[in-house]
Amino acid sequence: MNWLIAILQTALFVALAPLLAGFMKFCKCRLQNRRAPSFFQPYRDLLKLTRKQPVISEDASWLFCAAPYIIFTAMVLAASVVPFIAVDLPTSAEADVIVLVGFFAFARFFLALAGLDIGTAFGGMGSSREMTISSLAEPAMLMAVFTLTMTASTTNLSGAIEHVLGEGLILRPSFVFALFALLLVAVAETGRIPVDNPTTHLELTMIHEAMILEYSGRHLALIEWASQLKFMLYGVLIANIFFPWGIAENFGLSALGYGLLVIAGKLIFLCIFLAFAETAVAKMRLFRVQEYLGFAYLLGLLGMLSHIILESTR
Amino acid sequence: MSQKEFLQQLDEAEIFVKSEQILPSVELWQIDDKHWQRFAELAAENKMRWAAGWAEQNGEQFYVHACFEKAGDYILLRATINESKPEILSQATVYAAANRSERHTHDMFGIDFLNHPDPRCWMRHKAWGKRDYPLRHNFPVQGTPADITPPDTDYHFVQSHGVGVYEIPVGPVHAGIIEPGHFRFQAVGELILNLEERLGYVHKGTEKIAEGRTPEGLAKLAARVSGDTCVSHAWAACMAMEQAAGIEIPKRAALIRGIFAERERIVNHLGDIGAICNDVAFTFAFMQFMRLKELWCRSNYELFGHRFLMDKIIPGGVADDITDASSKFLHTEIEELRIALNDLIPALDLNSSLEDRLYTAGYLSPETAAHFGTLGFVGRASGQDFDVRRDATYAPYDSVKVKVALENQGDIASRFWVRYKEINTSLKLIEQFVEQLAQLPEGDLMTEWQTPKSGSYGLGIVDGWRGEIISYVRFAENNTIARFYPRDPSQLNWEALEKAVLNNIVPDFPVCNKSFNCSYSGCDL
Repeated sequence: MNWLIAILQTALFVALAPLLAGFMKFCKCRLQNRRAPSFFQPYRDLLKLTRKQPVISEDASWLFCAAPYIIFTAMVLAASVVPFIAVDLPTSAEADVIVLVGFFAFARFFLALAGLDIGTAFGGMGSSREMTISSLAEPAMLMAVFTLTMTASTTNLSGAIEHVLGEGLILRPSFVFALFALLLVAVAETGRIPVDNPTTHLELTMIHEAMILEYSGRHLALIEWASQLKFMLYGVLIANIFFPWGIAENFGLSALGYGLLVIAGKLIFLCIFLAFAETAVAKMRLFRVQEYLGFAYLLGLLGMLSHIILESTR
Repeated sequence: MSQKEFLQQLDEAEIFVKSEQILPSVELWQIDDKHWQRFAELAAENKMRWAAGWAEQNGEQFYVHACFEKAGDYILLRATINESKPEILSQATVYAAANRSERHTHDMFGIDFLNHPDPRCWMRHKAWGKRDYPLRHNFPVQGTPADITPPDTDYHFVQSHGVGVYEIPVGPVHAGIIEPGHFRFQAVGELILNLEERLGYVHKGTEKIAEGRTPEGLAKLAARVSGDTCVSHAWAACMAMEQAAGIEIPKRAALIRGIFAERERIVNHLGDIGAICNDVAFTFAFMQFMRLKELWCRSNYELFGHRFLMDKIIPGGVADDITDASSKFLHTEIEELRIALNDLIPALDLNSSLEDRLYTAGYLSPETAAHFGTLGFVGRASGQDFDVRRDATYAPYDSVKVKVALENQGDIASRFWVRYKEINTSLKLIEQFVEQLAQLPEGDLMTEWQTPKSGSYGLGIVDGWRGEIISYVRFAENNTIARFYPRDPSQLNWEALEKAVLNNIVPDFPVCNKSFNCSYSGCDL
C-alpha cells in the first residue's frame, strides 16, 4: 500500500512538473505586461516534440541518444525520493539527501557528456560552463543540506521533515541561512536568471541550452521535461524542508488531498517570488557566478556554524 | 589645415590634383593612379577620415574612387586606370577602414590593390568564379549560378596556436532570427583573444541590378539596401540623383524627409535599447521598449501607409504629405513617448545589475574608433564628434540647430546613452520641423524631374540612424542609372566591433554586438 502511494506520488510529481513551468511562465509574462500562454502550453510543447522525428548528428555516439533517457530517469528517481505530498514513504526511507544530490550529479554528468559528444563548439562550451557552475553549486547545496541534517540528526529527508514538524515553529538562525543558500543554489542549478537565461536565443551566452542545442524530437522533450522536474524538485525541496507544515503525515485520503493543496500553494508562492526576482535583475556576467555561488556557500557555512554555536548546545 | 594648404602640400609632394567644386561641401580631386597611396599617406598625416571607396567601369577604363572627410568638408578622390592593367596601390596600408572596401572592389571589378595587407576575397563566396567580376559590363545581370552553390571552404581564417586556445565558429545560421554572418572566435577559457568576421552571406547584387534602372526604380532599390534604414538610404540615393539632375526639392518635401528620417532613428533606437537589455536577460525593459517601438511603427503605418516608411522618399521629393491632423498626432505621440521614457529610463538607470553588465564592457577607445573611421552612435560614444546633419548640413537640417550627443567612455553603456540622447534630439527636431511645416503654405511635394545628362553624377551624404551614409549615383543615357554605390555606416563599424570585443568574455559578445547593431545587409550589397 505504502509503495503504491509512493509510486502514485512520484507519477503525480512527474505529471505536474510541466504545469509548474507553465505557471512560472505565466507569472513572468504578466510581470512583463504580456499576455501569457495557457498553463498547459508546456504539455503541448512536449507532445509536439514527441511527435517529431529526432534529428541526430552523424558524429553522435550511442551516448547522445541514451543521455535523454538516463537524465529523465535520474530526475524521476530524484522525484521519488523527495517527500512531495506525504512524508514517511518507503522511497524516501530507501534513499537520503546525499543520494538525491547524487542523482542530480549523475544527470548532469550525462548531460555534459552528451554536450561534448557531438563535438560542436557550443556543446563543449555549455558543458564546460555547466561543470564550472556545478562544481561551485554542489558544495553550497551540501552545506545547506548538512545544516538541516545536523539539526535533525539524520540525512533522511523524511526524518528531517518529521523532526522539523515535531519541533514546531522555532526560529533557527541556521535554517534562515540555509534557506537563502538553497534558494541561491536552486536558481543556479535550474538555470534561471541571473545565472542562465532559459529563453535566450544567443548561443554564446547559453549554459544549459548550449548543451542541448543539438537535441530535437522526443530526446529534446525528455530533456525539457527533466529540466522542468528539476525545477519542481528544488521548489518542493525548499518548500517542504523549511516550511513542512501541511504535508500529509498519514495516508488518509483527506490528509493527502490537503497535502496536495498545501504544496500547490507553497509552490505558487515560490514561483511568484522567483518571477519578481527574475524580472527585477539582469543576467550577471558569467564570472560573477562564482562570487554568487561563493556567497551561497558562505551562507551555508554560516548556517552550519550558527547551528553548532547557537543551537547544538540545547 | 584647410583644403587649400593641403593642396599646396600635395603640390610639394608632386601630386598634381585637378580639383573641381561639385557641391557646397564636396570637391572632386582627380589624381594620377600612381599617387593613390601617397595621397592617402598625406591625407592621414592631415588627419582626414577615410569615408568610402568604390570603383566603376567607364568603357575601357576604371574610375577608382575614395572619399575623404575633414571637418565636414568632403573630397571625392578619383584615379583612372586602364582595363588592360587594372591595378592600383592600396590605401588600406594607411587606412584600416579601406581594407574591406578594397577587397570588395577587387571581388567586383578585378582591380588589384597592390601591397594590400589582406589579399583574401571578401564579398565573393562561391556564387561566382574567381576570375569572374560581376560589376564589369561583360558579366550578365543574372550571373552564372550553379544549381547548388558549392560550400565556401577555402577561406583562410586567422589561426591561433597554443595550450588552451580554442576556436568557436558561430553562424552564419544562428539560433535566433537575425541576419547571417559568421564569427570566428579564438578564446582561452572564456576570454576572447581574437574575433574575425566573415560577411557576404546576403549578397544581393544591389550594385549590379541598379544598372539600367529608372530614378524611381533606384529609389526603391536603395530603400531595400538595409531594411531598417529604408528612409535614409532612399534619401541618400535621391539626393545624389537630384544633384545629377540639377534639381532642388521643395522646402516642404525636405521637411517631411527630415521628419521621416528622425522617426526612423527613434524607432530603431527604441528597438536597440530594448534589445541591448534583452541580451543581458532584462526582459522587462525589452518588452517595454518593443512596445514603444511598435506604437511608432503602427502610427507610421496609419499616417503614411508603411511601418518602416519604405518608398516614401522618391526622386524629387516625397510620396506622402503631412496634414494638419497628422502633425497634431505627431505632437501628442512625442509627448506620450517622453512621458513613457521619463518613467522607464530612471528605472533602468537605477538597476545595478544592468549597470554591472553595460559599464566597461565592449570598450572601444577613441583612438581605435578614429582609426577605423567609426560612424554614428558607435563613433559618438567613443568621442568621435561628427554628425553630417551638423557638420555638412543639408536641408532641412540647415534651418535648425542639431545637438550632437557625445560620450567618451566607449563602452556599451555609452552607446546606450548616446542612443537615448539621440532620441531626445530627434524628438525636438521633429517638433521643429512640424512647426516649420505648419507655417509653410500647402505646396508641391516634389519638383518635376529633369532627365540628367549622360555621365552626370551626384554624391548623396546624409546622416542615417546608424551614421553617415554616402551614396554615389552616375547616370547613363535616357534617364537610366549607370552606377550606384551606397556606403552604409556598418561597413566601417563592423571592423571596429572586432576590436571592441577583445579582452571581453565570450558570453558578453552578443550584447557588445547588439550595442553596435551593424547591418549585415547594408554591408553585403
